[in-house]
Amino acid sequence: MKLSREEVLHIATLARLGLTDAEMEKLQEQLSNILENFEILQQVDTNNVPPTSQSIDLQNILRNDKEAPSYPQQQILANAPRAEDGYFRVNAILE
Amino acid sequence: MEYELIIGLEVHAQLLTRSKMFCACSADYASASPNTHVCPVCLGMPGVLPTINRKAVEYTVMTALALNCSIPEASKFDRKNYPYPDLMKGYQISQYDAPLSHDGWLDIETDGRVKRKGIIRVHLEEDTAKLVHRTSEEGESCSLVDANRAGVPLMEIVGQPDLRSPEEARQYLIKLRTILRYLGVSTGNMEEGSFRCDANISIRPAGSDVLMPKVEVKNMNSFKAVFQALEYEAGRQKKVVGDGGKTVQETRGWDDQRGVTVSQRSKEQAHDYRYFPEPDLPPLLLRSGWVSDLRDRLPELPDAMRQRLVEQYGLSSYDARLLTSSKALAVFFEECLSADGPGLPVEELRRRAKSVANWLNGDFSRLLNAAGLEIDSQKVTSRQMTEFVSLADKGAITGPAAKQVFDEMFATGRNAAEIIAEKGLALLDNVDEVKRIVGEVIAANTQAVLDLQAGKQQVLTFLIGQVMKASRGRASPQQVKEFLQEELGVK
Repeated sequence: MKLSREEVLHIATLARLGLTDAEMEKLQEQLSNILENFEILQQVDTNNVPPTSQSIDLQNILRNDKEAPSYPQQQILANAPRAEDGYFRVNAILE
Repeated sequence: MEYELIIGLEVHAQLLTRSKMFCACSADYASASPNTHVCPVCLGMPGVLPTINRKAVEYTVMTALALNCSIPEASKFDRKNYPYPDLMKGYQISQYDAPLSHDGWLDIETDGRVKRKGIIRVHLEEDTAKLVHRTSEEGESCSLVDANRAGVPLMEIVGQPDLRSPEEARQYLIKLRTILRYLGVSTGNMEEGSFRCDANISIRPAGSDVLMPKVEVKNMNSFKAVFQALEYEAGRQKKVVGDGGKTVQETRGWDDQRGVTVSQRSKEQAHDYRYFPEPDLPPLLLRSGWVSDLRDRLPELPDAMRQRLVEQYGLSSYDARLLTSSKALAVFFEECLSADGPGLPVEELRRRAKSVANWLNGDFSRLLNAAGLEIDSQKVTSRQMTEFVSLADKGAITGPAAKQVFDEMFATGRNAAEIIAEKGLALLDNVDEVKRIVGEVIAANTQAVLDLQAGKQQVLTFLIGQVMKASRGRASPQQVKEFLQEELGVK
């Protein structure tokens, strides 16, 4: 199955990625390959296999409601391209 | 043409856990500096492992049980993907096709009738970061992100679109909040944003089952705002259709200042959340033993308590409803009645209950609201309340004096007996003294007396008021009336 250019563009928009024409073509190719590989997997007979969303056999891994110290503000903001008064600063979001 | 309203509410309530939903950061961020309750998990750093807060799951299941929902055996979390700066990970951990509960109901009361309203589901997710909008000194506007709120447990309660008026919507919200407060799972504070409501509303010709485009209304920060926004929106949609137009499916924001809803057609972006199962969180199995333990932990809920107050104390359904509208008030009421110790004869208990209910639902609630206080931050103890009510009931003070005493007791937290003695408010039971004041008032109001004798009955009330004033509320109004009638020869 080959992804259309529009589909790649839609995915890029959802992921907030700006793509050049060259990147677009490359990703169209690569994403299509991934889908094709899944098409091969689809051929496996799974009629007798119950559906799952987990690859590990675990349930109910819960923690008790206890607090622990957070990180210092400085460390939290350390990787931020822009920070201001203890906040992350981003481009204005229109309400 | 007659139209009916189709309203459905989505409520988000922050849960009162100590820690966040998937990490151990404190969930109490109210007075914290920005980004001080944050760790790599709630910041969405790569490679971290979220873990589920047991209490948040239990609070959600308890709420679901209180709302008569079914609890499936298996539940799981999913990722809801969308890009927005308040979403640190680029996705929100929520629940999609296997929520913790589904299909319940809630009874509300409007126009004196009980109506059952459906609940589609109650599920669990995490709150987003908080955005602050700012314009810099250079006039450049930007948004600032505070991740303290990111990852706070958030319970979503989705109602069926079976509300038919703004008043039903308001009652639904009030009832829902009351239940959350009885359960102790959320503060339910709308102004502070720990209890939020979005509404879907559409109209259709009465009796038909046509589906008209629904409008989602956001940004309503009080019960009053929800009511007004829905009233406005219903009117707007009726007008659009009445003028031959068509309503469109859109999101509109409530503008509280202007009292209108405004279209928020920011971007025509089709929502494509690409939900998929959260791979970091193993599924939940809600074993029946666990669920029945949680059911056993449910406290007495408002409707049950109201019913009990009616049966146990002989209260009217109305009085019991007002008392149970707040758990703290209902508990205070019962404390007042047990302050005298058990063993009050039934008749006496019921009489006392009626008086206590009158004072609590009346002056007490009025003063509490006016002062913006909660039951546990006001000064009157249940013992003081009991003493006051018994003094008022046995006629040690008149009704008007009782109001004065009560105001003073509420303001200062002092005992009623002390206030009565200090202010000299005890009943004026000296007949000669009452007659003397009546004589003075008659002498000072010759015109009024003539009017009364000429048949203007309402003047009597005026004269009684004058005597009450002159006696500082201490004379018995009944006695004053008798003396005036006697003295002036009128009936």
